[in-house]
Amino acid sequence: MNTFFVSLLPVLLGLVLAPLLLGVIHRTKAVFAGRHGSPLLQAYSDLAKLLRKGAVYSRTTTWVFRAAPVIGLASVVSVMVLLPITGNSAPLSFVGDLIVFIYVLGLMRFFTVVAALDTGSSFEGMGASREVHFSALAEPAIVVGLVALASATGFLSLSGIFSAMSPTTWVVAGPALALVLAALFIVFLAENSRIPIDDPNTHLELTMIHEVMILDYSGPDLALVLYAAALKLWVLGALIVNVALSPLGLNGIRGVGLFVAGMLVLAVIVGCVESMMARSSFLKVPRLLVTAIALSGIAFMLIVRFTA
Amino acid sequence: MTLLQDTLLVALILTSFGMLVSGRLGAYIRMGALQGVMIGLLPLVVGRATPTLHVVFVAAAMIGLKGLVFPYLLFRALRESDTKREMNPFVGHVPSVFFGILALLGSFWMDARLGFPIHSSAALVIPVAFTTIMIGLFLIVTRRTALSQVIGFLVLENGIYAFGLAIVYEVPILLELGVLMDVFVAVFVMGIAIYHINREFDHIDIDRLNTLRG
Amino acid sequence: MNFLVASLCMFFAGGLACLATTGRPHLTRWVGSSVALIGGALALVPTCMVLGGRVLTGLHLHWSMPFGSIALDMDALSAVFSTPILIIVMLAAVYGTEYLRPFEGKKNLAQSWFFYNLLAGSMLLVVVARNGMLFLLAWEIMSLASFFLVTFENEEESVREAGWIYLVATHIGTAFLLVLFVLLGRDNSTLDFSSFAASPGFAGIAFLLALVGFGTKAGFMPMHVWLPEAHPAAPSHVSAVMSGVMIKTGIYGLVRILTFLGSPPPWWGWLLVSVGAISGILGVLFALAQHDLKRLLAYHSVENMGIITMGLGIGLLGMSYQSPVVAFLGFAGSFLHVMNHALFKSLLFLSAGSVIHGSGTRDIDHMGGLLKRMPVTGLVFLLGSVAICGLPPLNGFVSEFMIYLGSLTSVAGNMRLPIAGIVAALVVAGSLALIGGLAVACFTKAFGIMFLGEARSTHAAHVHESGLAMRLPMAVLAAACIIIGVSGPFWMQLLGPAIAVATGVATDTQIYPTFAAHALWMMTLLAVAGIGLVGLLTFVRSRLLSARSVTREPTWDCGYASSTPRMQYTASSFAEPVTRMFNVFLRTRRRFSAPTTYFPTSSSFSTETRDLFHESLFRPAFTMTHRFLSRIHWLQHGRLNLYILSMIAALLVLLVWKLG
Repeated sequence: MNTFFVSLLPVLLGLVLAPLLLGVIHRTKAVFAGRHGSPLLQAYSDLAKLLRKGAVYSRTTTWVFRAAPVIGLASVVSVMVLLPITGNSAPLSFVGDLIVFIYVLGLMRFFTVVAALDTGSSFEGMGASREVHFSALAEPAIVVGLVALASATGFLSLSGIFSAMSPTTWVVAGPALALVLAALFIVFLAENSRIPIDDPNTHLELTMIHEVMILDYSGPDLALVLYAAALKLWVLGALIVNVALSPLGLNGIRGVGLFVAGMLVLAVIVGCVESMMARSSFLKVPRLLVTAIALSGIAFMLIVRFTA
Repeated sequence: MTLLQDTLLVALILTSFGMLVSGRLGAYIRMGALQGVMIGLLPLVVGRATPTLHVVFVAAAMIGLKGLVFPYLLFRALRESDTKREMNPFVGHVPSVFFGILALLGSFWMDARLGFPIHSSAALVIPVAFTTIMIGLFLIVTRRTALSQVIGFLVLENGIYAFGLAIVYEVPILLELGVLMDVFVAVFVMGIAIYHINREFDHIDIDRLNTLRG
Repeated sequence: MNFLVASLCMFFAGGLACLATTGRPHLTRWVGSSVALIGGALALVPTCMVLGGRVLTGLHLHWSMPFGSIALDMDALSAVFSTPILIIVMLAAVYGTEYLRPFEGKKNLAQSWFFYNLLAGSMLLVVVARNGMLFLLAWEIMSLASFFLVTFENEEESVREAGWIYLVATHIGTAFLLVLFVLLGRDNSTLDFSSFAASPGFAGIAFLLALVGFGTKAGFMPMHVWLPEAHPAAPSHVSAVMSGVMIKTGIYGLVRILTFLGSPPPWWGWLLVSVGAISGILGVLFALAQHDLKRLLAYHSVENMGIITMGLGIGLLGMSYQSPVVAFLGFAGSFLHVMNHALFKSLLFLSAGSVIHGSGTRDIDHMGGLLKRMPVTGLVFLLGSVAICGLPPLNGFVSEFMIYLGSLTSVAGNMRLPIAGIVAALVVAGSLALIGGLAVACFTKAFGIMFLGEARSTHAAHVHESGLAMRLPMAVLAAACIIIGVSGPFWMQLLGPAIAVATGVATDTQIYPTFAAHALWMMTLLAVAGIGLVGLLTFVRSRLLSARSVTREPTWDCGYASSTPRMQYTASSFAEPVTRMFNVFLRTRRRFSAPTTYFPTSSSFSTETRDLFHESLFRPAFTMTHRFLSRIHWLQHGRLNLYILSMIAALLVLLVWKLG
């Protein structure tokens, strides 16, 4: 039983550290803009403040609107149980858990979108429409990308894949793995509504995706939504960091330490991307996402060829 | 060496896909130029330890022609013909990429079925060549302006060249130069044709050429 | 077996009894529904016995029909397909008692119940028949009974047209089946299934004939054209039966025929994967472009048949490449999806019927805010939507997961297939992911626009919740979706014997992948934990909010004064980005009259997405046929004596030809 709790530690790590990533992203952007920026722990104080407030609900909304934040957070927390951390297996791992991983996040999205439509506002409808549009394209990209990794390592669970990825895997299929990494990064940006797909800091409802969908949330509900978004950033980022760190072949506590460092670096990279790029036109986002699908597909075929 | 070769081949596929998604003619031409450079580098890394002088010469000619001269000619045609810079293809970018993926899958499958008796280190070249050929044909069929068709033609030629490279290592230099010459003339003639089409009709949209039939 | 025969008799004789009650609607209702319930319950007995592992002895009686015999048998494969048939038939019958009530006195309901029971009996007969003649007869009764059910509201032009398309399509399919059975039975003097065996050179042709013939019923693209016409036209409980289970008889037929054809070459698997991927992706895309609720659901049937077919394709590839695990997973996913789709698609059609019953319109864009007035219908529609999108923890995910597992085991690990199999597996995984994403788009649209927000029209503002007889079947189906969703391993075990029949191995030598069972158990664990977490978080939130101010205000309107319900996002605008992206296939027609002048008086915008294959393949083909046939129209002159003359002439010519 004790070992089970030890294996839960990575989950706790994610639950605690996820909001920090937002702080790092903001700080990076502030440095680029020559500002001092908000404290690194700003996201934590925001969450604490929201949890202390009351709530305002729209008269149009139903129980669906209230269920969505709860289901969203529960989904993303369940997903964290499947997530390995560099060199350490996840608390729960089984064949095909990568599919479960993606589909449980799909459940979260389903309810976020439905809750946005529950308010009856056309702005939130607009955000919902864009969300389903882009995620429909992001989904094949991540599925094919993960299947490519499964094919490269011969394992069918996230823990198995990431523990089997070693320097040799990179020697055999390096270019293909780099493509998967690129595809995963695009999906990561899209699913977490970052620039160039969506701008989390814009002040015009017309141009937003995720932020506009949650426009009517307040108080503890908003806290749940924001926290779930931070966790989603963590879990999808963890996939990228796991792939990127695999050639070092670390495990144990050193793996965990390096993983956390990797997550922070990823946050800095996201900050850099956001500072250097403009948000792309919504009409062009699908091209970016199908590029991700193409990258995964190419990577898959190359891996099949390399490991034949 | 294989890692280098694989990376180059992957980059080659990526440029083809880049052409499928690029929304502007300028980016499209540049992507074609990049592919030209890569196809030029290909004989230097495919399958042999030290490239001979002959191979280096052909590679240099290839890079010079496809990477520099053609893009220059095409950009000039683009400037002079005053074409719209935004591509508006018959088949949108997203379905185009899906076609590209299918072409890729099909190429690997065909390669597995055909089973060419080639050196295993060059094994990846054949499916990449097939993919490039199919994407080239697709670009010719689905892109609207005469200019973009020229580039589709170049992509097709690149694919055929890569295919030849995998099958026979040593092509007589005269033959290679002959092929290059052909392509050069083709691009040149097309450039002139585009110029004339444009002067005659104020645009180079091929879908309106059908009004010419009797 | 006695129960089975009794049930068939019940359906056919009871159906006739319904006709006898013409003119007494109250009695019709009782007789019609109880016949369906008793018949269904009787047949469930042998079905459950077979599913539980018992082996029943078949029935074989002589029949005066040439080549025919009354051969009935219930094996595991039949049981897997007859279970959803019976359950849906029973539940839809209960639902129908209330749904048809507004038509009492206006329409001949006795006829409707007669055909309903006839349809139920013939579907059961199709899956238990073991003789080609009997099978085709049942098949034809099934088609005709459903045709008459589709044309229930035959005073409407559109319904008559839909019925006509259905009739033509289904008979084209039957024509292929006729050829198939004749070819299969040509070496023997009987059409009994037990003596069917394909000669080696001919298996490929038989497979193609079966694919087209059964595919027409199952709704594979491009033979699906009748589905989006017939389902909206039929009454909702009939749509539920047709879309939920009748089209599955096509899958059953295909699988049954495959068992006669020996070990499949890889191209069969490939073909099924391609057909499945095309049906799946184009089905969901066309669904997304619709704003008629029932048409949308009909296209989703095409999509789900695509998913089932992809599973079959993976299964066949596993058989071709001697990978029993891949074969098992492919067939298991496919069969379980047959059951699951029956449950959630019937659920969705029944709740759609409830909405139409309450609001009087099928147009999604006219609805809105229904959840407040129809809480039960809304909840079950939401559950059905989550299930059909294949999201955990509901049943749709379990079956899709198995198909995913089949494709994963074919690309990685020690059970890897050759490259052609791998490419097919990737096509399956990629298509499933794309279909999943697009299905989420489609059902967030359907549920969100219909049930959430504010009412967009007076139709939606005055809806009422349906009565108990309609709510109860829906609740049962929704519960079944949840139960299957969290008890995956059990169902996989249950399907084992049916898969053994389909793959042609002995039950005891079957490879039962324990890793898949383990995965399903872990998913159950995760689902239970997740549901627990939802409860915990809800509790925490209510504790947090208990002592604080919770107010209800209008939706934040982003600074716009007085927004009206008509300004809400509509289904069409919600789906527009995706439909525009795939306009190559969809070819949505837009009619737009823009507002003009400074004080515009009126403007309008409407879209319509017709079926690609209907418009560009079948319509031109039929127009050409019509043009050709009208040239020999002079033969139809109406003079009886000349008709007889030509018949005699033909007979004489045949006689001379045969004798000489």
